[in-house]
Formats: sequence, structure tokens, C-alpha cells
Amino acid sequence: MGLTVSGAVPEGTEVSSISPNWVTTKLDFLTNWARKNSLWPMPFGTACCAIEFMASAASRFDLSRFGMERMSFSPRQADVLICAGRLPFKLAPVIRRIWDQMPQPKWAISMGACASSGGIFDTYTMVQGIDTIIPVDVYVPGCPPRPEGLMYGITLLQKKIEGETIADPDLRQEHLVGEHGLFLPANRIDEISEPFGNSVHQTRSA
Amino acid sequence: MTASTASLSPSVAALREKFGAAITRHAVSCGDTIVHVSNERAHEALAWLRDEPTQRFDYLTDLTAVEYRDVERALEVVYQLRSIERKADLRVKIELDKTAPLVVDSVVDLWKGADWLEREVYDMFGVRFRGHPDLRRILMWDTYAEGHPLRKDFPLRGHFSRAEQTRQALSANPEAQYSLEELSIAEAYEELPADMRERLRRGERGDVG
Repeated sequence: MGLTVSGAVPEGTEVSSISPNWVTTKLDFLTNWARKNSLWPMPFGTACCAIEFMASAASRFDLSRFGMERMSFSPRQADVLICAGRLPFKLAPVIRRIWDQMPQPKWAISMGACASSGGIFDTYTMVQGIDTIIPVDVYVPGCPPRPEGLMYGITLLQKKIEGETIADPDLRQEHLVGEHGLFLPANRIDEISEPFGNSVHQTRSA
Repeated sequence: MTASTASLSPSVAALREKFGAAITRHAVSCGDTIVHVSNERAHEALAWLRDEPTQRFDYLTDLTAVEYRDVERALEVVYQLRSIERKADLRVKIELDKTAPLVVDSVVDLWKGADWLEREVYDMFGVRFRGHPDLRRILMWDTYAEGHPLRKDFPLRGHFSRAEQTRQALSANPEAQYSLEELSIAEAYEELPADMRERLRRGERGDVG
């Protein structure tokens, strides 16, 4: 990951989001190829999904094949945050801090139903999807997803990285917690957290 | 009837003889004896059950509370006692009137293990324990403002909107959750270097709401 895009573009090169030129596309190809094949995961395992994640990392499924050789237990050396399991509100500031500590470029995978939507836990303790706390790139459904599911999610993330380009000015933008104390608008969080499936039959007062 | 009388713990008769009207009623359920004690003399009765040579309930298996769906029914604080020497069990219940402040005497002075159990009952039900050394929330964070989640009048998804819950969660300081008492080095606190003591002191707890 030694080759950074911002350092490699010579001063004065005009980079436009409308017309990527020969230099940027070749550079994108090279950096994206390097990045997608050396994703270092930061495992944030909170529940049973973490067990499937461990299985994915172990010899039978072997995440190393995707360049995820090294589990990064420090966020400062990590590229992709994998939230494996449910996230209670008590852990929300923790995952947010870990995400803020990760350097760019960084991605996030939400593994399992609970991390993606709160799952069956539509209760007072549970964050209804980690996308209300941090931006998420890939959602892996399942309860818990099998290792094949997680690996499919990882290949999807690799495809997404292949499509990234320096010509996109918003690509490496940090989405910080704003002055109002949230990273998304409040009505957006309420909308994401709306009950669905069986829990729509349950009123807020029940 | 014979079966239930046969499995009735002899502690009930001894309690009735000692405390009289303070033992409001008793029952046998699935082979377990349940004794209801009035709130005023509960601590006295529990201390007697622990110390009396014929009882010796030296182990507090569990301390919890129950609120029933029926609004007229009282909220119960439940003590599950065990005598390790005698291999005997006893369940003691205190009924609390929900219209009055929920206060019972702490049993931390009798069984040290009651400390966190009483904190959990306080956190989940709002029952206050008189004489508890450190009555704070234990599962929810100290600044949690929505109430006591296991009460029947508490909505499943909480009182606040999801956005407000998220905002409050994100503004929390995770390090502020721990007290010195919870750190294993608490015993050695005085021997620590001054700067480390200062750092530990700064991670103070919030106020109990």
C-alpha cells in the first residue's frame, strides 16, 4: 500500500470527475489492484457472527487467499472494518472511535442481520443497523452468514474497489459526527431504524 | 397436598415462630419453598437465616425482581438462598407496593455477592437498596435517562426516538464507565505512582439518576 494516489499525481495535472484521462485510469488500475488484494481486516466481533468470521479466517476457508493475511487488531493498520455481530448503543461510541482511528483508504463490511439492521433485536438497547453510526460499503445478510457468504461479500467489496477512481472528489471524504452529534441527519436515522417484518405489529408502547 | 407438605422446608416453621406476622405467607412451587416476608423485617429475617445455627443459609444464589403484567400485583424482590452445608434451598420474597417508593434494605453486609445483583435490580427495575455501598447502574450506562427497562410501563424500544438514542450513545465517553472499585488494582491503589492515580481519578463515574 506504499503507492498513494495523492502523492503520485504530478503538480498541475488536471483531474476532472467528468473526464478521467489516461494517467488517472492507469493509476487507478494499479492502486485499486494493490488495494483490493491486500485488505487488512479489523475484526469487530461482538456475537455469533464472529464465530463464523473466525471460521472464515481459519484454514478451511482461509481469508488469506483474498490478501487478508493479517488480522489488524489495531485500527491504525487496518483497511476494512468488519462488524460481525449485533451492536448495542453502549458499543456505538466504541465502533465510531475505531472507525475514526482508521486511516484512509478504509471500507466497512456489516456482517449479519443484526449489524445490518438490528435483526431480531428491535429493542431499547440495540443500534438498528451500524449504518446509523458509520458508513457501510457491503452488507452481508445471514444469521449468521456462512463463511462463503462473507467471502462473497469480500469479493463484492473487491469489485467495488476496482471501480474506484481518483477522479471522484468525494471518494476519500471522511464522514464525521457532526455538530448535532450524529453522522446522518436525525430523520434519516429514524427512517433507517423503522421497524420492519414481524416487528411492525409491535407498537412502541408494547 | 401431602406431597407439597412433605417438600415444605422446615425453615418456614422456624421463621414463623421467630418472626410471627412478618412472614405474610408461604407456598411450595415445583418442590421449592417460597416465603414472603414483610419489607420492614426482611433484612432481620435474612440475617437470621444466614446466622442461625439450624439454618445456615450461607450462600446467596441469586437476587432478582419480578414485576407482573397484572398491575394490581406487587413488585417482588426475590432472594434465592442456599445452605451449602445442609444442602437446602429457600426462596424469600419481599412484596413492594408499586405506588410507594421502591426501597428495600441492602443485603451486601450479609452476602458480598449481592453487590452487583442489587445494582442490576436497581438498573432494571428502579428498586433502591438502602445501605448499598455503590448503587449505580451496571448494565445500562450511568447517564442513561430513559428509565428502568424491565418495568412493565417501559416501551420495548425505549422512550426516546432512535435518532435521540443514537445521539446520546455517540456522545458517551466509553472510558467513563469504570470506577476504581471495578479495577482489579483497587487494592493497590495507594501504592500506585502519583500520575497513574491521577489518571485513574479522572475517569470518574457520572451521577446516579
